[in-house]
Amino acid sequence: MSEKSVLLEVKGLSKFFPIRSKGLRRKIIGQVRAVDDVSFSILEGETLGLVGESGCGKTTTARCIMRAMTPSGGEILFRKGDGSITDIAFMSERELFPIRGDIQMIFQDPYASLNPRMNILDIIGESLLVIGGIKDREKRSQRVGELLELVGLRPEYMQRFPHAFSGGQRQRVVIARALALNPRLVVADEPVSALDVSVQAQVLNLMLKLQDEFNLTYLFVAHDLSVVKHFCDRVVVMYLGKIVELAPTEALFQAPKHPYTSALMGAVPEADPRRRADMVPLEGEVPSPANPPSGCHFHPRCPHATDLCAKEAPAFEEHAPGHFARCHHVAELNLSGVQD
Amino acid sequence: MNPDIILSIRNLKTRFFLDEGTAKAVDGVSFDVSRGQVVGIVGESGCGKSVTIKSILGIVQKPGEVVGGEIFYRRRDDGVQEPINLRDLDDRGEEMRDIRGNEIALIPQEPMAALSPVHTIGNQLIEAVRLHRDVSREEAANICIARMGEVGISNPEERMGVYSWELSGGLRQRVMIAMALVCGPKLLIADEPTTAIDVTTQAQVLNLLRRLQKEQNLAMIFITHDLGVIAQIADYVVVMYLGRVMEQGPVDDIFHNPQHPYTSALLASIPTIHSGTREELPTIGGSIPHPFNRPKGCPFYPRCPGFIPGKCDRFTPVPSPVSDKQSVACFLHSDAAEETE
Repeated sequence: MSEKSVLLEVKGLSKFFPIRSKGLRRKIIGQVRAVDDVSFSILEGETLGLVGESGCGKTTTARCIMRAMTPSGGEILFRKGDGSITDIAFMSERELFPIRGDIQMIFQDPYASLNPRMNILDIIGESLLVIGGIKDREKRSQRVGELLELVGLRPEYMQRFPHAFSGGQRQRVVIARALALNPRLVVADEPVSALDVSVQAQVLNLMLKLQDEFNLTYLFVAHDLSVVKHFCDRVVVMYLGKIVELAPTEALFQAPKHPYTSALMGAVPEADPRRRADMVPLEGEVPSPANPPSGCHFHPRCPHATDLCAKEAPAFEEHAPGHFARCHHVAELNLSGVQD
Repeated sequence: MNPDIILSIRNLKTRFFLDEGTAKAVDGVSFDVSRGQVVGIVGESGCGKSVTIKSILGIVQKPGEVVGGEIFYRRRDDGVQEPINLRDLDDRGEEMRDIRGNEIALIPQEPMAALSPVHTIGNQLIEAVRLHRDVSREEAANICIARMGEVGISNPEERMGVYSWELSGGLRQRVMIAMALVCGPKLLIADEPTTAIDVTTQAQVLNLLRRLQKEQNLAMIFITHDLGVIAQIADYVVVMYLGRVMEQGPVDDIFHNPQHPYTSALLASIPTIHSGTREELPTIGGSIPHPFNRPKGCPFYPRCPGFIPGKCDRFTPVPSPVSDKQSVACFLHSDAAEETE
């Protein structure tokens, strides 16, 4: 892996949301630690998956990287096109402007992320005008036509409005918009979970094809482990704002080192009626990130928890090359992954 | 009608009469549900799976209307009484209201939308019991507490006094299950009960439903778009596409021996946890047509790899058996076609 260079490195990223008291004074009475000391890096040309259940902080992490919100702490080191590395975590809007085109986003719900009052030409062309600086409408529409062809839509469609498109076609428009400025990092937040089963595969294949063609780097946020296994080179598993495991996809699915990862795999309903007995549910539910459990955040639900887990937070350590986990008992546990 | 069958739907047709045109939401659907059997209806958006169960329950809202077919339902188990046709009953009449919520219960998709935010959980559960049983508030409360315990809600007495917004997603869905079971129904209809919740909670809810169904030998109709969930819970599967049944059969045959091109393509296109990394997935071309522009003939033909020109786009195939339990509506298997209207 050393031959590939790091495109983005996140170091100790945190995002806290204040909880305010009721009444006029609105005093801060607590913090929701949505993202808490998260560190990882993304290599050029790879797909990094970010998985976890709702409330684990995966979307907040993605939005901090996009700088759609300002983190509470940490560094986000981005390698610019000229090779220089800058920390974008606390950059001002003005400083960010030249970098905006390098990091683009694909959103979850294509019914919510396209303005119904703008036609496709204006939707895709907007970033070309604002950031790309292409003032000539003729040139813009030519580029939009190319982009539409790239994602498998007819260029004639650019005069139409979003309501004329199906969910899968809308998501293609969203992808075309993300690619308009030749980004180097594409953050995809659950890009297929709002789509029908029969069009999910089309969109996933399209994203794979585009990645090969343009050497794109993806940060792929998802809750569906099957999709992540299919799509990602490496996977980060989050639970209550912290990374619990980070590993290459194959290693993670064959031999997970954290009990939460293993439980998550066990909970995926498999499309095979002959594999019914395998589903082992995890007890309890995800606790509130405003008031996380002591020690290891996962200990109240963990089948392997000991007294140590309740008292001391485990460190995030490397247990095999490139395979990190945050658990006291990695050495003793022999967790099951996905059996073939 | 076979004595084990408690619900038999024959050629059900539900239409929506809109200004833009008529949408055939459900177009000639037939299937049976037996005692102790879980029938899974699987399909993508717009396939008519939710409208089918609304038609069964008699809660299709204007401008929708059930325009054809029969819904036979067996109220008593004594074998003497003949099944009744629910379509003959007045949707708002006494007998239908006696059946709905009492004998046929529904677990809705969004528990937050189904529960009232201004009434306590207890009051809502007690109301459901007292509507159908002649019991006092105290007796009703005891029934509810027992049911809440059964569905795995801890401290049920305390939880009777809380509001829906104080509960987590998983607990709300458990409350909905308790409410559906509170009158001891014969038939339970679950409409995408796990779509709005996380995987680990989904596994809990599926295990719970599976346990309750076995213990009480319930008949169940389970609706979902998730093939994984259907494989885990159903005994018998009905595959729908644009208001029509494409294929139906025992769960093992549907997953391991699918006969309809739509079923095979759908199964091939989902990434599974066993599939390799970064392989291209086989896809189904195109997208689901809008209900107003439903293709003439077989609704799936524009996307079908086995399309026979001049046949599939002109005539509509009807379900015909491929084995004693499995049936398929496709010209690749049988020439049986619907009379054109």
